[in-house]
Amino acid sequence: MKFGIIQFPGSNCDQDAYHVLADVLGQPTRYIWHKDNTLGDVDCVVVPGGFSYGDYLRTGAIARFSPAMKAVIEHAKDGGLVIGICNGFQILCEAHLLPGALIRNRELKFVCDHVYIRVETTDSPFTNACRRDQILRIPIAHGEGSYFAERQMIEQLEREDRVLVRYCDKNGNVTDAANPNGSLENIAGVCNEGRNVFGLMPHPERASEKLLGSDDGRLILESILRAGATVQPQMGANA
Amino acid sequence: MKAKIIVMPKRTVLDPQGKTVKNALESMSFKGIKDVRVGKFIEVELTGDDKAELEKKMDKACHDLLSNPVIEEYTLEIK
Repeated sequence: MKFGIIQFPGSNCDQDAYHVLADVLGQPTRYIWHKDNTLGDVDCVVVPGGFSYGDYLRTGAIARFSPAMKAVIEHAKDGGLVIGICNGFQILCEAHLLPGALIRNRELKFVCDHVYIRVETTDSPFTNACRRDQILRIPIAHGEGSYFAERQMIEQLEREDRVLVRYCDKNGNVTDAANPNGSLENIAGVCNEGRNVFGLMPHPERASEKLLGSDDGRLILESILRAGATVQPQMGANA
Repeated sequence: MKAKIIVMPKRTVLDPQGKTVKNALESMSFKGIKDVRVGKFIEVELTGDDKAELEKKMDKACHDLLSNPVIEEYTLEIK
């Protein structure tokens, strides 16, 4: 499974993602510079965490217009896999590859902590290696991670089984106390209609080695590998 | 010509900044504050003098970049 990690000015979780994909999971992985017009030969694009463009104007607002993101949008339209982590999730929402938006945390504080998320569905290339209702312990680190969408969109996401992970307590109960940022319906990550684009606020790449406290996040990345067998070869992307 | 744009959070969106500012004002003994919302002010200096044309262009800029219509609304004035 070939991975391409976009680097924007201000991205800072690109190297963690590279380490997990290349060194821990042993996958062919490369960086994609934000000014590149083409992605090269890539099966799954990773839009990493960080503070692209200093979060100027709005988080992800400027990264969305970079040449690399234009290529990511085409890749997604062709059914290619895309995973956006934290700032990556924000960028995917700004780029309209995912619905809704991430706003300032309810308590206004930047939260840097391990949280629990519950896997709501295994029907996706990002959760197929998990069990339904499995609880994953994964760190978050964000000041603007509160998921918002209009009521009708939230209902549509729920109806279409597109909320892939939700904040919960260690027993899997979805409660307000377990919601670190005020996200509607404790939503921690959603996918698009085609189920090939996924955005989540927690950092699976920071929970892929037991040495760092949890390797639950590895399941999300391993799901992508599992899905690899069924991914169509990308058109028009020459290395 | 100058475009003056005010971007505000939609009323359906929780504005914790606004709430915090309201609390701070009240702790300064200000009374009678019903609500506070915090937004952004953006100024864009433009060349050209076709006001209608500039309004159309800036409106698109407001919709596509300067605001996020999912969570924000804007007012645009060109003078």
